[in-house]
Amino acid sequence: MSNKISRRQFIQTAGALSAVGAIGTPFLAFGATKKVVVIGGGTGGATAAKYLRMADPSIEVTLIEANKDYYTCYMSNEVLGGDRDINSIKFGYSGLAGHGVKVVHDMVSGIDAKGKKITTKGGKTFAYDRCIVSPGIDFKWDSIEGYDEATAEKIPHAWKAGPQTVALRKQLEAMPDGGKVIIAPPGNPFRCPPGPYERASQICHYLKQHKPKSKVLILDQKPKFSKMGLFKQGWKDLYGFGTDKSMIEWHGKDEEAGVVKVNAGGMSVTTAFGDTIKGDVINVIPAQKAGKIAFAAGLTNDKGWCPIDLLTFESTIHPGIHVIGDSSIAKGMPKSGYAANSQAKVCAAAVAAMLAGKEPGTPAYTNTCYSIVGKEYGISVAAVYRLAEDHSKIIKVSGGLTATDASAETRRREALFAHSWFNNITKDIFG
Amino acid sequence: MEFRFMLKGTLIAGAILGLSTAAIAADKKPATMSGASAEMLANTCNGCHGPEGASAGPASPTIAGISKDYFVETMQGFASGEIPSTIMGRIAKGYNDDELEAMGEHFSKEKFAPAPAQKADAKLAKKGAKLHDKYCEKCHAEGGTSAEDDSGILAGQWTPYLEMTLADYIKGDRTATKKMAKKLKKLHKKEGDAGIQALINYYASQK
Repeated sequence: MSNKISRRQFIQTAGALSAVGAIGTPFLAFGATKKVVVIGGGTGGATAAKYLRMADPSIEVTLIEANKDYYTCYMSNEVLGGDRDINSIKFGYSGLAGHGVKVVHDMVSGIDAKGKKITTKGGKTFAYDRCIVSPGIDFKWDSIEGYDEATAEKIPHAWKAGPQTVALRKQLEAMPDGGKVIIAPPGNPFRCPPGPYERASQICHYLKQHKPKSKVLILDQKPKFSKMGLFKQGWKDLYGFGTDKSMIEWHGKDEEAGVVKVNAGGMSVTTAFGDTIKGDVINVIPAQKAGKIAFAAGLTNDKGWCPIDLLTFESTIHPGIHVIGDSSIAKGMPKSGYAANSQAKVCAAAVAAMLAGKEPGTPAYTNTCYSIVGKEYGISVAAVYRLAEDHSKIIKVSGGLTATDASAETRRREALFAHSWFNNITKDIFG
Repeated sequence: MEFRFMLKGTLIAGAILGLSTAAIAADKKPATMSGASAEMLANTCNGCHGPEGASAGPASPTIAGISKDYFVETMQGFASGEIPSTIMGRIAKGYNDDELEAMGEHFSKEKFAPAPAQKADAKLAKKGAKLHDKYCEKCHAEGGTSAEDDSGILAGQWTPYLEMTLADYIKGDRTATKKMAKKLKKLHKKEGDAGIQALINYYASQK
C-alpha cells in the first residue's frame, strides 16, 4: 500500500514540477546540470554509474570509491582452486571514466540526506540531486566467539575478494598433504548463497590434484543450502562424496554443526553441539549486514539491511537516496553479483527518468548464477523477474536449476558459459 | 501466513467445488507489471552475452546484429524445449512474444562484433571456405556474415558455440530447417568431422 501512495505522490510531484517549468522558471526547466553521486564502485555502483551516463549523457555522474582496484568476489573461488590468477579478477575504473563518469578515490564519511550533500574523509563535499549507494556487505564481528577483524588475518574469511583471497590461497598452498580444511558458512541472509559450497568444491579441485590425502569439512549452521542437490551430485561425481574415502563432508543444523567459537591460537573451532575440531586451514565466513556507509547514512532497518521501493530502489527511509546490491532488501532476489548488476540498471533507468520529471518505467530484472564444482563441471541457477503490480515484491516468472541428472556434456558447457558470463558481466560493469 | 491461507482455501474450495489445486494456486499468483521497454528487457541479456549483445566469449554467442525473426524463433524454441540448451530454456520462458519481438528488434539494430583473436588453422580455414560456398552460402550469405533470410551470423562467432550448435544438429538433438538438415547431412557424410572442423575454422578465421 505504502508503495502505491509513494507512486501517486511521485506523479503529483512530477506534475507540479513540470507545471512550474511551464510557467517559466528557466532554472528548473533548462536548469543546472543534474548531479548524481554514486557511492561504492563494486558491481552495483559501477554498473549504475555507467548505465546512468548511457541513459542520459547530460547527467553529471560522480563515483566515489575508496580503492583504485576492485576484485570481484565471483570467480575468486577459482583463485583458491588454483585455476585462476588473482589479477584476472582485478578491475580498474578507466572504462567508467571513458563513459564520462567522474571517478573519485576517497572514502565517504557522511551523507546529509536533507541537505543532499556528501562529505568525504579527504575533506571534499559533493552536492547531489539524487544519490545511489551500493555499499556491499559488512561483517557482524560479534557473531562467533573468538573471531574478529584481527583474527581474520590468521583465519581469513575471504568473503571480500582481494588480499583475503590471496591469504587463504597461500595457506592452502602451505598446507601438508593429509591436512584438514574447515569451512564455516554463515547463516542467512548473506552475499552469494552458493559461494561457500563452490569454494569447498574448488578447494577439493586443488587438493585432488596436489594433496589427495587431504579433507574439506563444511560445518554449517543451516539445514540446507543453495543448489544443495547439484553440489552433492557434483561432489559424488568428482570427490567421492558419500563414501568412506570422500574428500568432502558437509554437516548441517541437524547435527548442530554450526561453528560458535573459534580458537585462533590452537587452530580449532567449536560447534554448537560442543565438538572441538582442529583444522590446518580454517575459513570462517561471518554473519553479514549492510556495508558501513549504509549505517552511517541511516539507511538500515533493525535487521541491518536497507529497505527500498522496488520500482526505483529509492530508500524508504531517506528519499533521494537509492540503495542497490547486497545491502538492499530486494524482496525476491538473492544477494548476487548478477542481481546487483541487474538492479543497478533498473535503478539507473529510474533515476534518469525521475531527474527528467518522468515516471519511472516498468522494470525487468534477472539473475544467473553459475558455480564451478570442478574441472569441466558447471552448474547454475537462473531467474527472470518482474515487479508485482502492487510493488510489494520482485517475482520470479521463470528460471530454475540445472537438472541434477544432466549429462557430462551439459556440465562441460555450463563451465564454459560460466566463464563467458564472467568475461561479459565484467565488461558490462567496468568496460 | 500466506501459505496457510492458501492451503485452507484450497481445501475448502477443493472440497466444495472440486477444483484442482493447481487452478487455485495459479489464481493466487500475483500480477506483475508489464510494458518494460525494449532496452530494459535487452539489458537483462548483457550479463551473459556482453554489452549491446557483443560477447567477450569464450562460449556465449554474440547476439548483436542478429535477425529479429531468428531471435524470436530461437527464444521460442528454447522455451518450448524444441531447441536444446543448458540455461536458455529456463530463461526464455520468462518473456512473452511481444517482449521477444521488442528484444529481437533491439538486438537486430546492434552491430555484430566478430570475436577478437580467435585461433584458426589457415589450411583448414581455406578448405572450410570452399565447403561453406558449396553447402552453406545460399542461406548464410556473404561468407556467413549476413543475418539476411533470418539466418544466424556465423563468421566471427565464438568457436565453442559453433562447435556445440553443430554437434547438436548433427546428433539430432536440434532440428534444423529441412534445407539445412539436407545440406549438413550431405556435408557430414562426404567430409566427416574433419569437414565440420574445417568449416568452424573458416568462421573463426573471419575477423
